[in-house]
Amino acid sequence: MDIYARRRFANSLVMSLSVVATGFGLVWLVLVLWTLLFEGFSAISPVLFSQMTPPPGSSGGLLNAIFGSVVMTVIATLIGTPTGILAGTFLAEYSRGGRFGEVVRFINDILLSAPSIIVGLFVYEIMVVPMGHFSAWAGAVALAIIVIPVVVRTTEDMLTLVPNALREAASALGAPKWKVIVLISYRAAIQGMLTGVMLAIARIAGETAPLLFTALNNQFWSADLNAPMANLPVVIFQFAMSPYADWQVLAWGGALLITITVLCLNVGARLVASWSTFKP
Amino acid sequence: MSPASMAAAQSTPPTPHRRNTAPAMPPKVQIRNVDFYYGAAHALKSINLELSDKSVTAFIGPSGCGKSTLLRILNRIYELYPGQRATGEVLVDGENILSSSLDLNLLRAKIGMVFQKPTPFPMSIHDNVAFGIHLYEKLPASELDDRVESALRRAALWDEVKDKLKQSGLSLSGGQQQRLCIARAIAVRPEILLLDEPASALDPISTQRIEELVDELKPDYCIAIVTHNMQQAARVSNYTAFMYLGELIEFDETETIFTHPKERRTEDYITGRFG
Repeated sequence: MDIYARRRFANSLVMSLSVVATGFGLVWLVLVLWTLLFEGFSAISPVLFSQMTPPPGSSGGLLNAIFGSVVMTVIATLIGTPTGILAGTFLAEYSRGGRFGEVVRFINDILLSAPSIIVGLFVYEIMVVPMGHFSAWAGAVALAIIVIPVVVRTTEDMLTLVPNALREAASALGAPKWKVIVLISYRAAIQGMLTGVMLAIARIAGETAPLLFTALNNQFWSADLNAPMANLPVVIFQFAMSPYADWQVLAWGGALLITITVLCLNVGARLVASWSTFKP
Repeated sequence: MSPASMAAAQSTPPTPHRRNTAPAMPPKVQIRNVDFYYGAAHALKSINLELSDKSVTAFIGPSGCGKSTLLRILNRIYELYPGQRATGEVLVDGENILSSSLDLNLLRAKIGMVFQKPTPFPMSIHDNVAFGIHLYEKLPASELDDRVESALRRAALWDEVKDKLKQSGLSLSGGQQQRLCIARAIAVRPEILLLDEPASALDPISTQRIEELVDELKPDYCIAIVTHNMQQAARVSNYTAFMYLGELIEFDETETIFTHPKERRTEDYITGRFG
């Protein structure tokens, strides 16, 4: 076999393996989505959005869980986004090459990959135990702790992509540093930073473990942030494990809802990123 | 100019190689014994140089000779990066701008800079030019528009952009973007313009336009231009400084540098024997 035939053979071999591996990965994804659509679709009805979680054997919806998830996600985002953006700004604009920045970045990376159940246990220990009960506040704080490192990382990455030439140009006009950051760096990186926030929301939308230890669950309508609050992930967890068929259907419906939400957030994030001035 | 700065300017000894020039005015910028360090690296060694007002001074020399570094000292833009420092004195109208008590932002209002690569901000053409004005003045909209228009006219860009001022500055071609940056710099009404290889990323026609523009701006500004292109230095400048390995080798009228250089190294460089 001459050298060219050998190269062609090696090429087609590696290519076939790659295609097989891609197909293997995709098969599971499609199966998961298909099962979810198949099982969840029958649960999607107006009742799902208008009634509370039912006791076993009666009909009901997921209104209180949807409401709780939205409330805690919004609060977590409101806490996590400004914190994350400011910390990311510190890392990208103020601490370049600094020792302290290196340490912060390292710790943030650890937090980024920390298992979410640990975050749940931590908030349980610092909030739920002293307060004496589960609460929506504790749930929101746990979710915020998951949002922060994601936003820190994307903010820093996006600001690092802004060419230094732009900062120099703005400084050369006499702009003080904070104006360079707010008027130039943020404006150049805003799409990337927004993408990061949306991905962080997508990440917490389906988190179960931190909420099990903090907000727990609530069978009834509750808007009290100091009390346990229903939320989709924990309801899904509880209903899917139950022996009651109507609860299982609701769990499928909730799972489909979360998946669609996350999908929309991801597509939205991609759209926003594609308008970006500077591509990653 | 204050009497004090006048006295300081007049007390300066003439630069060694500059004869027969007898400028009517004291030099706008006097660089005295300036050394520059990137961390431990000694990038500029005891530079002495004067820049005259209403004329163009070109800095030429091979890559890494320190010509851009010297330019970046004049508005202290190097201070954005920790570890870079300059020693010595740079007098602008007699005032030492390397002094730590100086208001950097006011200094930079007086000294505009244009960089090698065009750096339009991610905002509209109008807002790009208005950006610098906003930093110093609160103007009514109509007055601001006039200032933007006159800066764009001055930068020979007005006719090309007057119908699309609301469009992004990034939508312009490279040459237009560079003229936008020049408009942005002169909108602040500086007295000194620093041009760091302003045409090296541009095609020949855009380069020519930038050179014409430099020529038009000459009567009103003190311009320092760094260039890799010796023909460009010969075309646009009144004075030329040749630098090599962090030292100022020779400084004279451009014509003298290109026809009768005194230093062997200058001659070798301009005749293309190295660099």
